[in-house]
Amino acid sequence: MKILVGIKRVIDYNVRVQVNRDGTGVVKDGVKMSINPFDEIAVEEALRMKERGDAAEVVVVSIGPEAAQQQLRTALAMGADRAILYQAEEEVQPLAAARALLAIIKAEDPGLVLLGKQAIDDDANQVGQMLAALWDRPQATFVSGLEFIDSVARATREVDAGLEQIDVELPAVITVDLRLNEPRFVKMPDIMKAKRKPLDIRPFAELGVEMPPQLETGLHEPPPKRQGGIKVESVEALVKALHDKGVLS
Amino acid sequence: MSRVLLIADHDGRTLNTGIARSVACARQLGDVHVAVFHTADTDAPCAAAAKLDGVSRVLSVSNPANNAPLAAVLAPQIAELANGHEDGYDYVLAPSTTFGKDVLPRVAALMGVPQVSDLMEVIDARTFKRPIYAGNVITTVKVPEGIPVLATVRIASFPSSGQGATANIVSATVDAELPTHTRYVGLEESGGGDRPDLQSARCVVAGGRGVGSKKNFDIIFRLADKLGAAVGASRAAVDAGYVPNDMQVGQTGKIIAPDLYFAIGISGAIQHMTGIKDAGCIVAINKDGDAPIFEAADLGLVGDLFQLLPELEKALDAGE
Ligand SMILES: Cc1cc2nc3c(=O)[nH]c(=O)nc-3n(C[C@H](O)[C@H](O)[C@H](O)COP(=O)(O)OP(=O)(O)OC[C@H]3O[C@@H](n4cnc5c(N)ncnc54)[C@H](O)[C@@H]3O)c2cc1C
Ligand SMILES: Nc1ncnc2c1ncn2[C@@H]1O[C@H](COP(=O)(O)O)[C@@H](O)[C@H]1O
Repeated sequence: MKILVGIKRVIDYNVRVQVNRDGTGVVKDGVKMSINPFDEIAVEEALRMKERGDAAEVVVVSIGPEAAQQQLRTALAMGADRAILYQAEEEVQPLAAARALLAIIKAEDPGLVLLGKQAIDDDANQVGQMLAALWDRPQATFVSGLEFIDSVARATREVDAGLEQIDVELPAVITVDLRLNEPRFVKMPDIMKAKRKPLDIRPFAELGVEMPPQLETGLHEPPPKRQGGIKVESVEALVKALHDKGVLS
Repeated sequence: MSRVLLIADHDGRTLNTGIARSVACARQLGDVHVAVFHTADTDAPCAAAAKLDGVSRVLSVSNPANNAPLAAVLAPQIAELANGHEDGYDYVLAPSTTFGKDVLPRVAALMGVPQVSDLMEVIDARTFKRPIYAGNVITTVKVPEGIPVLATVRIASFPSSGQGATANIVSATVDAELPTHTRYVGLEESGGGDRPDLQSARCVVAGGRGVGSKKNFDIIFRLADKLGAAVGASRAAVDAGYVPNDMQVGQTGKIIAPDLYFAIGISGAIQHMTGIKDAGCIVAINKDGDAPIFEAADLGLVGDLFQLLPELEKALDAGE
């Protein structure tokens, strides 16, 4: 079975993101970029499946700017077999990304598609669900446990009420949550080896995606800042302050 | 008047508390119908939805296939209802619960329209604010004219609608082909005991990695019970196995807005803080006086939680 993993290049999760001067976006110059953390977990899961003998090939794909090659190279260094970048310099919103991934699926015919549950730039949490709908296949979102029995995947999902289990027939789209696994560290020799692995760069237009209506993004602003509070010296002072605020019933 | 379809999140017995908050958002946009997908024995949430102020009709969609909240099964039904026969809906909303986040994008793709995730403020009929970058940035988005607006509602941003209404409950039949490729196996509820629900509790006591172990977490539960509070946790505490996943607060956990929030042994990472931005009063107890949590806390107390919490319990007893 071939596994397709979707990767998005995003600002690293440790960066304190700032709105740019004219409010048209966020500051990206000189800011560290990484694989979306959820996608790194998706790559790791695909690699573990291959190592267990449950998968034959791991293909990583990204739709994004030329620089997204770096993130694909990282995935190759982790152990993915090959990478494809569909180069699009403009923003690709979730429905367009889902349509693009569907076109890639038609060409690659994977038995499983692993995505992150959300990209931590736009926090959309949409692409996997949209892709599954367009492909007319099952989805299992927010997955923190995954087992395979023949052509069925049993997914454990982190839902508000606890842990839910569902069975999905393959092929399916799985979107992964943070607790599914801990991604491996990339070692220097692997980085060197990854340089020789295939990374195909193609124009986005080649996918022939019909562009859906897009949201128009306007002003970006920092969130309202919480008023900094005070430190109290003792438990008594804390309880008194809570009573004064009227928050203790 | 615009027509709004709100998709109910329920467990077959009760309506998720996020629905009352979503109604508060939905009624700013038009005439609100709530769709409840259920089986013959699980229609109780219909009556609960009919009571919410601002709801003018409840659409009860009964089907044996609706015995579990499976997106693949529900999405075609929702899309069909939303498109309507003569009169479709201008808006399709769902709460930003795991249920809403799972199902609504699938509906959006079937309808061929974009979705606004985590709608936090209505600017006008098509323009909304939503958080991005873990809540570090608020952006304004506009849905183009001529298509229905699909959005998940960031429930912590809206107050709960009252319960004085008596909307009609109308049974609706939906003609959609439903897949069988996805099957529900079961739900392992962590069961917070008789404690209040984390998402709607007025007071929440949360513990982090600083609590140190599953056993030590008893100290958090004890304080919560004293205060009649729900219990929350940081991701680090969940990852370490101190408490189950449904207690996680933050970007990838629950986004909550209690009147009072205790962050105990929690450092205050941005991904955690995004979950409590709308809390009324944040109290931090941490032994590191430089922990970032103190930048956002209304009341901070520096010290060892194992010493301070027993003192706090005593002081609360004395005040009763
Ligand atoms: C994509 C992504 C999503 C994430 N989503 C979330 C999320 O939803 N929610 C979330 O919480 N995190 C999330 N995180 C993780 C987040 O970045 C932090 O790692 C996490 O919040 C840290 O948890 P903590 O504060 O409990 O642990 P730490 O950062 O280790 O802090 C522990 C604190 O306890 C204090 N302490 C230790 N011992 C004591 C004592 N005896 N008395 C008093 N204080 C003590 C320490 O001083 C320290 O400040 C996410 C991360 C990523 C990358
Ligand atoms: N441009 C993209 N290229 C490849 N994969 C993507 C892209 N955008 C989103 N994805 C995948 O879809 C997941 C969810 O993204 P989102 O719905 O945007 O939050 C991500 O974690 C990725 O796995």
